[in-house]
Amino acid sequence: MSGRVSSAQAAVAGAIALFLAAFLVVPVLAVVWIAFADADGGLTLAHFGAFFGVSLLRESFWNSLYVAAASVVLASAIAVPVAYFTARFRLRGALLVQTLGVLPLVMPPFVGAVAMQLIFGRNGSVNLLLGDALGVTVPFMEGLNGVIFVEALHYFPFILLNLSAALANIDAAMEESAQNLGAHGFRLFRRVVFPLAMPGYVAGASLVFVKVFDDLGTPLVLNVTNMLAPQAYLRITSLGIEDPLGYVISVIMVGFSMLAMWLAARALRGRDYATVQRGGAAGERRRLTRAQAVLAYGWIGFVLALVLAPHLGILLLSFSKVWSYTVVPEQFTTANYATVLANSSGMIVNTLLYAGLAAGVDVVLGTAIAYLVLRTRLPGRQLLDLAATAALAIPGVVLGIGYLRLFRGVEVPWLGGPLAASWIILPIAYSVRRLPYAVRACTAALQQLHVSLEEAAESLGASRRRTLQRVVVPLMAGGILAGFVTSFITASVELSATLLLAASESLAPMSYGIYLYMQSIAGRGPGAALGVIAVAIVAAGTYASHRFMAGRSAALEGRA
Amino acid sequence: MRAPVRVEVENVRLAFGATEVLRGIDLAIAPGEFFALLGPSGCGKSTLLRLIAGFNQAQSGRVLIGGEDVTRLAPWQRNVGMVFQSYALWPHLTVGENVAFGLEERRRPRAEIRRRVADALALVGLAELADRRPGQLSGGQQQRVALARTVAVEPRVLLLDEPLSNLDAKLRVHMRRELVELQRKLGITTLFVTHDQEEALTTCDRIAVMSEGRIVQTGSPTELYDAPATRFVAEFVGSINLLDGRLEKGIGEGTLFVSPAVGPLPVPVTDSMPGHGEVTLAFRPHGVAVAAEPSDPHRLWLAGTVAEREFLGEFVRYRVRVGGAELLADAPHLTGAPWFDPGASVQVGIDPRELRVLPA
Repeated sequence: MSGRVSSAQAAVAGAIALFLAAFLVVPVLAVVWIAFADADGGLTLAHFGAFFGVSLLRESFWNSLYVAAASVVLASAIAVPVAYFTARFRLRGALLVQTLGVLPLVMPPFVGAVAMQLIFGRNGSVNLLLGDALGVTVPFMEGLNGVIFVEALHYFPFILLNLSAALANIDAAMEESAQNLGAHGFRLFRRVVFPLAMPGYVAGASLVFVKVFDDLGTPLVLNVTNMLAPQAYLRITSLGIEDPLGYVISVIMVGFSMLAMWLAARALRGRDYATVQRGGAAGERRRLTRAQAVLAYGWIGFVLALVLAPHLGILLLSFSKVWSYTVVPEQFTTANYATVLANSSGMIVNTLLYAGLAAGVDVVLGTAIAYLVLRTRLPGRQLLDLAATAALAIPGVVLGIGYLRLFRGVEVPWLGGPLAASWIILPIAYSVRRLPYAVRACTAALQQLHVSLEEAAESLGASRRRTLQRVVVPLMAGGILAGFVTSFITASVELSATLLLAASESLAPMSYGIYLYMQSIAGRGPGAALGVIAVAIVAAGTYASHRFMAGRSAALEGRA
Repeated sequence: MRAPVRVEVENVRLAFGATEVLRGIDLAIAPGEFFALLGPSGCGKSTLLRLIAGFNQAQSGRVLIGGEDVTRLAPWQRNVGMVFQSYALWPHLTVGENVAFGLEERRRPRAEIRRRVADALALVGLAELADRRPGQLSGGQQQRVALARTVAVEPRVLLLDEPLSNLDAKLRVHMRRELVELQRKLGITTLFVTHDQEEALTTCDRIAVMSEGRIVQTGSPTELYDAPATRFVAEFVGSINLLDGRLEKGIGEGTLFVSPAVGPLPVPVTDSMPGHGEVTLAFRPHGVAVAAEPSDPHRLWLAGTVAEREFLGEFVRYRVRVGGAELLADAPHLTGAPWFDPGASVQVGIDPRELRVLPA
């Protein structure tokens, strides 16, 4: 790595900065500005006063906080035991964690929410069975409970995956020395294992908090409107783009997301326990006693059943003629798929196009940002990384509002209309929202690449550009692909920005279509069918990338 | 302080899957003894240590500590102190909290914990570092904290798993001496695992040399050095010359060692020596002289050519090509004594008293 900054590097950095400024920083600043501006363009807190003066909005604020916090608690209760069991005991661990870690994520929560209503709702399968057997019903899905239940079940993999990785990184000797000094069982977990895995847990939990706090689709589908994201959406769509309270809600959401991420980062500072040390080794997994085995397999089976419930529900719904007041549908049909393919195939194409474009932009930007940050001394390169990562804290609703406000008057000649109403705004929004994932994947890939591999190429006569082309990018390919897939699959089910920015049904992607179908009882069948197609696309992409990555890492390690 | 205990291992076998790691280990360590398990990596020495600590379970055999059968006890029930190769200091606790951990698990009263933590840290000379985090300490300091943490609970046995391997060469020698001093002070039965023969020879009362899951020889450092029982031990402990050949009846009383590499050599007869057959002749480099012409008539002189010369400070080590073999010879470095250059024709003189005959 040389200290010289080339003009090519500066040009690339400038282009990225321009993109981030136009589609992330300025729209968000516009939202913030309107929230604090009075009629004459001066600064005011009057809008915030008005916000807290409306009891519905006060209630929404507390509800959003409560739902996000409760979802973290419930998700932790599901994920922590599973992560610990599979990391420390001899079970069919790896496969289970992978399955549990991916299955919920491939089903967007607003799709799963409908199925969860049918299974756990007041007249859902479980309560019908409970009512018959015990004469009681449990309000799993009533009001905020439903949002918490659906969100926790969808987002617990973030905690599971981060915690599992952290547990795997603990040197076995760390635990063995505690056992050697007399600790075992739950004390061992509480005093040594969990504190050492804390960074992974906090990273996962803060992500769950932010995602739940920002989610729009799930509460809307469950008909819960007394939360912040639905209020922002409803105010802007019903009262119009000029309503200042929509902007105040946006600022509060951005503020809390950033606060959560900042608190997590602060809690983690100086706690990067890379505890696998020289001479250390991964521990042998312990054998379970009979009682422990019953407990562990029981819990994992229970979680698996919960995780599969929405998948199963949506599949049943998609093949059902009607499904209400029965444990399972009573008549089956393929008509829903026919309806969807006849009416909504354009949406499927739109989804593939938008998500593909967004993911493509993301990996190009992600690779460039990773390279600029890790391999050059360009001044201000950390800012690019920071801006790209900050997109994580910007809810889709807020980005949507910002775009509507900023780009409603921006005419792009070859689009023949304002930018805010054109199809291109959707892939742009998706790429900005998913950029953090791509940057993270590409950065991780480049970090693993020892700089001496590049230096070797340079000393053998390859220029910086040829080195990039022949060494860096090929070796980063796995990470780049992982970034592409993550961006693609999450973009293809993104709803909150879509709801605000889809100008017409013909330009809308599948997520929008599913949402529209789900608004009516009659539309549930086709909506579920479209949901199954979306899940199938997402699952196929995930599977393909896993296969590719496995084959690739085998090839790189000389095993294939 | 409690009286030191005996550690016994009886016919222990252990396999990981199809790989036999321990193939029938018998060991008896006297109370208060400083005992080394020495062997190359993969010989099973660390596995044996972990088995005594309770982290590995034997498929058969027993482990007794102070006469008590602990084979089926969990690690936390054994009161055996282990110092890990990586030290395994918990980064989320301070030095003092690390040392207090075992005492807290034993539910000692607060005042006693405070006193014993202070004592243990004072013992290793780190009393003033109790509030630091392990990450703020040097390797040598971390090593001492790991020791303090282990001895604070007054374990019956102290197990050390390559405790010096993560230190640089100078510090290693220093810590080695501290370790011996600490062990003498505490009088605790101690097992020390190492692959470094110098470490084992300099610190321990007795050594068991291990190879491929078996103990090949147990003895004091001088026994192992002067009278290695097998070719493996001879090669592993110190430098040595080995010649393969057969013993034959010579003219009169003498025995001839005939090797294809250097030809026949008359060797003195000892009681333990086999009368004839395939053997390996072993002798240390310090028993071999290098001279321009044969001088001392008691030595067995062979003609050769200097292949290589290494200056090692106290002596010069020559590698001399003799017939089809290469022999190491150490010439004391005396000021003014001439050096032979590579390529020079020389005579090597083997001191017959240094010859050992090993089974081939």
